Amino acid sequence: MTDLPAQETSPTFLGMPSFQHAAEAALADTQQRRNLAHATATIRAKRAAAVGEVDGWEDLRLAGAAAKDEALHHLPHYLEQLEAALTARGATVHWARDADEANQVVVDLARAKATDEVVKVKSMATQEIELNEALEAAGIAAWETDLAELIVQLGEDRPSHILVPAIHRNRAEIREIFARRMGAVGRAAPDDLTDEPARLAEAARLHLREKFLRARVAVTGANFAVAETGTLVVVESEGNGRMCLTLPETLITVVGIEKVLPTFADLSTMLQLLPRSSTGERMNPYTSMWTGVTPGDGPQEVHVVLLDNGRSRVLADEAGREALRCIRCSACLNVCPVYERTGGHAYGSVYPGPIGAVLNPLLRGTSSEVDRSLPYASSLCGACFEACPVRIDIPSLLVRLRTQVVDEASGRSAEAASMKAAAWVFGDHRRLEAAQRAATLGGRLLGDRTIRSLPGLGAWTQARDVPTPPTETFRQWWARTHGDDEGDLDDARGQPVVEEQDLGGAGPHTRQEGS
Amino acid sequence: MTGPAELQVARPTVALFATCFNDTMWPQTPRAVVTLLERLGCRVVFPREQTCCGQMFTNTGYADAATPLVRRFVDVFAGADHVVSPSGSCVGSVREQHAVLARRAGDAGLEREVRSLAPRVLELSELLVDVLGVTDVGAYYPHRVTYHPTCHSLRMLGVGDKPLRLLRAVRGIDLVDLPSAEECCGFGGTFAMKNADTSIAMGADKARHVRETGAEVVVAGDNSCLAHIGGVLDRQRSGVRTVHLAQVLASTQEEQA
Amino acid sequence: MSSREEILARLRLATGDVTSRPGERGPVPVSAATAGAAQDTLELFVKTVTDYRASVGRCTPEQVGAEVAAALVRARAHTVLVPPGLETSWVARARDAGLRLRADEAEDGGPLTAHELDGIDAVVTGARVAVATTGTIVLDHAPDQGRRALTLVPDQHVCVVRADQVVHDVPDAVALLDPARPLTWVSGPSATSDIELDRVEGVHGPRTLDVIVVC
Repeated sequence: MTDLPAQETSPTFLGMPSFQHAAEAALADTQQRRNLAHATATIRAKRAAAVGEVDGWEDLRLAGAAAKDEALHHLPHYLEQLEAALTARGATVHWARDADEANQVVVDLARAKATDEVVKVKSMATQEIELNEALEAAGIAAWETDLAELIVQLGEDRPSHILVPAIHRNRAEIREIFARRMGAVGRAAPDDLTDEPARLAEAARLHLREKFLRARVAVTGANFAVAETGTLVVVESEGNGRMCLTLPETLITVVGIEKVLPTFADLSTMLQLLPRSSTGERMNPYTSMWTGVTPGDGPQEVHVVLLDNGRSRVLADEAGREALRCIRCSACLNVCPVYERTGGHAYGSVYPGPIGAVLNPLLRGTSSEVDRSLPYASSLCGACFEACPVRIDIPSLLVRLRTQVVDEASGRSAEAASMKAAAWVFGDHRRLEAAQRAATLGGRLLGDRTIRSLPGLGAWTQARDVPTPPTETFRQWWARTHGDDEGDLDDARGQPVVEEQDLGGAGPHTRQEGS
Repeated sequence: MTGPAELQVARPTVALFATCFNDTMWPQTPRAVVTLLERLGCRVVFPREQTCCGQMFTNTGYADAATPLVRRFVDVFAGADHVVSPSGSCVGSVREQHAVLARRAGDAGLEREVRSLAPRVLELSELLVDVLGVTDVGAYYPHRVTYHPTCHSLRMLGVGDKPLRLLRAVRGIDLVDLPSAEECCGFGGTFAMKNADTSIAMGADKARHVRETGAEVVVAGDNSCLAHIGGVLDRQRSGVRTVHLAQVLASTQEEQA
Repeated sequence: MSSREEILARLRLATGDVTSRPGERGPVPVSAATAGAAQDTLELFVKTVTDYRASVGRCTPEQVGAEVAAALVRARAHTVLVPPGLETSWVARARDAGLRLRADEAEDGGPLTAHELDGIDAVVTGARVAVATTGTIVLDHAPDQGRRALTLVPDQHVCVVRADQVVHDVPDAVALLDPARPLTWVSGPSATSDIELDRVEGVHGPRTLDVIVVC
């Protein structure tokens, strides 16, 4: 792999513990466990129904993957095309190598407008670069306007999901946050606020409306940026996106360079894949598309910041680059049994869940404890790959990243030593047979007693019994019953069976069937 | 016992890949495969040189340790028309990972051999339904059973409902649906050790769903997943035992495998 | 080296292994549901819009004015925004019923400010195209729909769609759109599922969406 610069871990996530360690605390958070189980089960069912309606879903997935691959494989070409199309339509294009550069562009633009606040549409790219913190340091307030982001911002919390950042909060917690915090930053919540979702949404509507009506600068991300036409696309539900994209005079859009789509026609694929995968709807309530400046309609000053921040490094990784197809739908989170139980914070990044477990080590490298642990934060069950609308083979990427972690450690661990020893045993069947004789000896000594603890197997036996080894291995049984018929395949092929074997005999003693 | 349907292939020779784990810890499972296939009229051979598919090494990140095992697997089984294994996850490793490992090692010849062999390596239900063309294997198993489709058989191999079709044809069986059946049990190889807390949280939910069915037996096509599910169920003294699919299918009125 | 040059150089390096040329994949494969008869498409559209808990009415061209007035009265609207290019007969009955019609024009002759729009109850518009499989109407903000803010700030949006504007699936709509125009795809009223994944209609956009299909 070429040594292109990795993304620097943002200040919030520096020194994060390993996933395993963070997960222990998350698993003990019973409120979050319940909230997540309810929310992910709900959205899984919705997604399954919405996807099930579409004939040829697999063809759509292939078309989606092909569109993103076309863009990624020719990214310099399409970015230059995008820049030319945007410029021709009156937009200003900025390029940012990393988070600091992107933040500086936005801060400078806001300062030039002499404003002390911006309204924001939920955006993963601006979370990734911690733009809000950079604006705050420059004395500019950044108001998050997505309901969930508002909950997170008011609660001085961190998002735990790509699509539903406050998925870890329930209605009672949200009511408490609104009642306690809204008044400090604008219109207070009504005194009689209840925890009904409709009342909570109404409180957010009233609180944010005054901000929308007075805002002069908006900052957004984009779901797609069409190279052919210069069209930017924001997919949303609440209308906060439309407010930000329409009312302020100045619009600044921060876009990861992997968001490029080659052609406008590719939107026909993506607008079928994204909503059904994401919120499980046939279509999200609002999708806005704008191409530069439209005289007399919407912002008359339009800026686009194209952000690298480690993406070129991922692109240089021939196997890893498919992770850049990600359209941030979060389908993989919602189907992931690990995410469902640990929540998003344990992933140590704004990108949680299965895609985060591959994207973070790809973007940031595997030098930190959390990034080394993330590839192992999966049982490799494959539900993520099955759900991914652009067919990112997340399990294979996880395995490849595990190899990277092991290779970088250069064999200096107890695990590496035991793996090496095991590989030596498996390297020859005679060695395996010798090792098996030790195991069956253990089985004969134990009889049919249950193993409830075993030295070195604490991680297993803390909640599970251990199967007792049998007194006879399969190959010992085969030798005893089938003798010399070891299966010289070339001789055996196509020959008739000449003898019937006696297949009697009881199985060995384990707690599994057969005892 | 009524005889099974006529085989699509006349007296095929099937090479058994027992897998290291079954060979050592659950010999009754590959024995059941032998019993079943021989009953169906196959000739079963067991190449003694076989050891391990390397999955544990691959999935833990030790690709260098796994690659010689890919070579060994190809050398042992290249001559077989059909290789069968009672493990969806080991078959998945052979079919999906061996070629990747060969390519990573820069061994184009090995990759070619892997690609030629891999499609002939089948999980038990695939061999029975797709190659032998049987769903009624003449089994008898008078127990209340629920079936857990393991992740690798379901999503890596795509065995679909083949195991269930085989189970439905078993005489005497009381087969009940498992709630949230397609959700991972939490085993995941070394995941069970490296992320033990999450693994157990998943296993506890799987065990709860199994118990909800009122089943006496939970069946799956992979003993590693069953060891995890069964380990939790045993610790709970749940009164539910785990049995590999092969053993159910090998059981007859005369003899429980 | 500028950021631009450096990023492009990095990306050229990163894609050095790629041997295909841009565009070599050929035309975009369009995967869309097979359209049935026009009538099926229309029925499907009415069903999918209804699923969003938007109200859908069907009427003849002569009945549009009455349908529009009924929708506005139902939502207790008093002031109604009328885009410059709207068919005037569509709002005539509303005016007769005593509703106050407003053009997008402030006292100084410029467009209405955001605050002024916030004081208006409803807007009546046409549409560019509608999608049956998803229950979506697409606005391209032509004069019969007005600039984007008009269909955003007032709390009710009454949208009149001609039957011949309803296409079957998303790709059919994309093919008809002009990317040079601002485009707004609307599928039901504003909604959120951010609280426990419970869908709540009505956050920032219009909380009432009435779709009137003219056959």
